[in-house]
Amino acid sequence: MVVIETPRSPRSRKAAKFERWGWLYMRISGMFLLVLIFGHLIINLVMNGGITQISFAFVAGKWADPFWKIWDGLMLWLALIHGTNGMRTIVNDYTERETLRKVLNYTLWVVCASLIILGTLVVTTFDPCVDSSVSHTLSVCK
Amino acid sequence: MPTKPAGTLYRGKTGMWSWVLHRITGVAIFFFLLVHTLDTALVRMSPADYDKVIATYKGAIIGFAELGLVAAILFHALNGIRVTLIDFWSKGTKYQRVMFWIVIALAVILFAGFAPRHIMNVIHDIELGY
Repeated sequence: MVVIETPRSPRSRKAAKFERWGWLYMRISGMFLLVLIFGHLIINLVMNGGITQISFAFVAGKWADPFWKIWDGLMLWLALIHGTNGMRTIVNDYTERETLRKVLNYTLWVVCASLIILGTLVVTTFDPCVDSSVSHTLSVCK
Repeated sequence: MPTKPAGTLYRGKTGMWSWVLHRITGVAIFFFLLVHTLDTALVRMSPADYDKVIATYKGAIIGFAELGLVAAILFHALNGIRVTLIDFWSKGTKYQRVMFWIVIALAVILFAGFAPRHIMNVIHDIELGY
């Protein structure tokens, strides 16, 4: 017989609800990310010379269309929350000290929120003519 | 006397290894995502610096590391569908093992389609002097 230790006291109702939403979020965001990231890889890394085509001008060209701004913005939000929640699960599984677990999880969410704010500002306030020494070749800046 | 536990979804075999691989690839992709958000943020500050950083993405070292990144994404994405099917499809648990091998097969096929093309692109850029 394999003896399994008695599980610890059950989670509070609030914590259980949070975990259920987290579980559901991983699956729903995962399906969206499947389309968003595969599309991102096909356009940026496979078609038209793949990685060789990537440059500031390439990004400026893409972000001239709000469609790609929304695409990239969605990818940023969904992927960072998906990744952070996954890391949280791993931290919860492997940390033994409660303070360490809290510090690591707190750090994860601070990093996640900072990068979401940074990335959202970058996408929404993007200016193709920010530096004339590089962007003077772009037709929109003439 | 302890007896050998019967096969379960997660203990040993494909169920456990797919779980291990899902974690490892997930962590790897997460750390790339942190870096990738920061390097892309350069387009708002300095186009010249953005192009410099992107040049390293086209170089031999990071260029080949991208093969690993794409392999990790392929496995994580396809196995994610498998995990979702196990949770939501009534026959998901019954077919979890065959789905694991479908995931591996699809990932290998897609990777085989991507890798030669990407290697050619990286070599092409190295020849151009990046």
